[in-house]
Amino acid sequence: MAEGDSAAIRNGTVRRRLRRAAMFVASLVLVAVLWELYKVVGPEAGGRLFGWNILPRSNDRAMPHVWEMLSRYGRPEIRSSDRKIWSVVLAGAWFSFRLALVGFVIGSLLGLGLSIVMARFRFVERGVLPYLIVSQTVPLIALAPLVVSWGGKLEIFGWEWPRWLSASVLGAFLAFFPVAVGALRGLRSAPAAAVELMESYAASWWQTLRKLRFPSAIPYIVPALKLAASSSVIGVVVAEISTGLKGGIGRLIIEYAREATGDPAKVFTAVFGAALLGLAMSGFVTLADIYMMRNRPKEAST
Amino acid sequence: MSAVELTGVSKIFNKGAGNQVDALLDIDLSISTGEFVSLIGPSGCGKSTLLRLIANLIEPTDGSLIVNGKSPKQARLDQDYGMAFQQSGLFEWRSVAKNIELPLELKGWSAAKRRERALEMLELVKLTDFADHYPWQLSGGMQQRVAIARALAVHPALLLMDEPFGALDEMTREHMQSELLSICRKAGTTVVFVTHSIPEAVYLSNRVVVMSPRPGRITEVIDVEIKGDRSDSTRDDKAFFSGISAVRAALRGVELDSTARGIEDR
Amino acid sequence: MSSRFGSFVRSVIPPLIFGTIFIALWELAVKGLDLKPYFLAAPSTIWQMFVENFGLIWGATKVSGANALIGLLTGTLFGVLMSLVLSRFRILNDIVTPLAIALNAVPIFVLVAVLNNMFSITSEIPRRIMVMLVVYFIVLINVARGLTQVSATHVELMKSYAASDLAILRKVRVPNAVPFLFTALKVAAPASVITAFVSEYFGGSQNGLGSRITSNIAISKNSVAWAYVLGACLLGLAFYIVSSVLEGAATPGRSTRRTRVSR
Repeated sequence: MAEGDSAAIRNGTVRRRLRRAAMFVASLVLVAVLWELYKVVGPEAGGRLFGWNILPRSNDRAMPHVWEMLSRYGRPEIRSSDRKIWSVVLAGAWFSFRLALVGFVIGSLLGLGLSIVMARFRFVERGVLPYLIVSQTVPLIALAPLVVSWGGKLEIFGWEWPRWLSASVLGAFLAFFPVAVGALRGLRSAPAAAVELMESYAASWWQTLRKLRFPSAIPYIVPALKLAASSSVIGVVVAEISTGLKGGIGRLIIEYAREATGDPAKVFTAVFGAALLGLAMSGFVTLADIYMMRNRPKEAST
Repeated sequence: MSAVELTGVSKIFNKGAGNQVDALLDIDLSISTGEFVSLIGPSGCGKSTLLRLIANLIEPTDGSLIVNGKSPKQARLDQDYGMAFQQSGLFEWRSVAKNIELPLELKGWSAAKRRERALEMLELVKLTDFADHYPWQLSGGMQQRVAIARALAVHPALLLMDEPFGALDEMTREHMQSELLSICRKAGTTVVFVTHSIPEAVYLSNRVVVMSPRPGRITEVIDVEIKGDRSDSTRDDKAFFSGISAVRAALRGVELDSTARGIEDR
Repeated sequence: MSSRFGSFVRSVIPPLIFGTIFIALWELAVKGLDLKPYFLAAPSTIWQMFVENFGLIWGATKVSGANALIGLLTGTLFGVLMSLVLSRFRILNDIVTPLAIALNAVPIFVLVAVLNNMFSITSEIPRRIMVMLVVYFIVLINVARGLTQVSATHVELMKSYAASDLAILRKVRVPNAVPFLFTALKVAAPASVITAFVSEYFGGSQNGLGSRITSNIAISKNSVAWAYVLGACLLGLAFYIVSSVLEGAATPGRSTRRTRVSR
């Protein structure tokens, strides 16, 4: 490949990325426009459509203007405090981010570990994999309140279970399954010829794992990690909501929602904060993805 | 001194079951050190199976094999042979040099020695400038050269090749054949080469082993009468053409008994 | 044929063994170590509570299940319609797709807090809208991909027949998109149950499974809460099985494995 070729391809990729970013911004603007449009057109007190009460109220209290939501960030959280809302929301998002990160890391490591055991022992794979797959279809999130209730009550040799740990445990629990399933698929994806090659070198199972199976599993592990990251965020936020865990973004959302009658734009600030949290986790995994796949051929994206 | 000795070797898959396959039956073959031997035959004649038996990737049902004076298993553990496949089988996440270093890593060589040997091999296949490139940046022919470099990295006495040039176009193929010969000549390597192509078998080998389809047997072993080292002019040599005819006749003799397919007449 | 029986045994026996051992260990751990009910309930206790409270559990299941189902159906409908629009107007496709993909990473169920304010406090509508939104994006991304990622050769062939865009849509794009739709449903169905659930944690009407779990914990009846969790799992499983069956019925012989799902 000539030097000029790779430079041209790189420029094309950059242009494509810029275009995609511009489209993303355009889509946000589109959503804002649609929001305001409904406010102009929609019924003030909510309405009926085909006999059902499904049209939301479009008055300023139920649906604040977009610019009101954005400007709310600049004003203080509560009337008596000096702290601007954006710093409160950011702190809450950061708190939840750390919990989600801990859950994500623990869940992913455990998932990877199990996938290696399953790859090594076919019997374990056959016995455990069906449950792993089924677990992804079942609402494990239902366990959230139970796990969270351990907080403050559970004691192990005098060490009391901190409430925030329940949130991370839930996040880890949800992150575990996609990683275990995806990593196993990846470990099994090494081409037969490559496995034969390693056999011809009389390589041990562990050497084959390190040098062949694991690297060829990475394209499968990365999408699983993305799923695990968003699952971990969901787990943490749900845990926060069902207990009102202090400091997290979930609690902020609930609190501000209660004040919505007096201060309608406030809850949106927290909602956007939660969105930021999700995007940050996803961005974290994407960075890891770029690093891990840096030397591989780029798949032609559609 | 024979590099590979097969006596009465048979390989039957799924013996006794409904889907039993008699891949090889009663194979006797002796390959001397430094010889270049091709295995040719229609699809299903067991040539790849035979190669894998020598490589100890599968076990024979019957008979004995001696590779480099040892059991095939010991030869594999000692890395006495290098292997190359039709798919170059390079690891896409490793650079060209690191791909060549793979067998050396497994043998526990130090990083400095590995790098040195890898560069030596790259020099041999004339790809020194591409040491830090990645496989997907290279053409098919170049990837196969890297695969051959990797196979030779441990300086093996024996080279086992399973249709390594099958996926290449005609011109690259002829070029690679010349390259392979010059490399093996320098190193004195014994080569067992599986192919579908009659001209390729005749050009490369001292002897061509013609095999029949299931159950795989050796029909005939043809001595190639080309004198001296092969070169581009060899392809116009009378001995080359008579060699091709001889092999084709032996294969046709096989074809008279069963409608076998899969031989290229290029 | 002995090999088919053999493979059946090999795929059913190990999960049964692992499952039985797991439940046995669980039971032993709780009874043997005398674990407090607020930590973990024994399988036998859970089953007992499930049977005793079945009527209540079923009632709550119907509420949550209805929310999930309505959201699933409407979300699928709008998702399919919108993806048809997107396949027609490619510029819209380029605008909407990055947003939809970004939303995958975001816990959009928090919007329920906002939706609750837009409707009356006893309404189940916010939850249904939430499920609809979640399902909508899943279906949208996948069906749009199915409609647009068609083999160029097929399209060229149709153009050589001077076929109209509508004909190409009907004869090439839509059939291509059908497996994508069903793969999306297999993801959306469990997601709808989960979302219906999680939406109940934000306040509002308290008749569904999620709220019953929290309320039972609040009065320290954790074993009963576990029974509701079991009910929830069964609901989710039922949704998944139905969507799998539908997939099998609608795409006989077709392999959906090549359509990698995007969440």
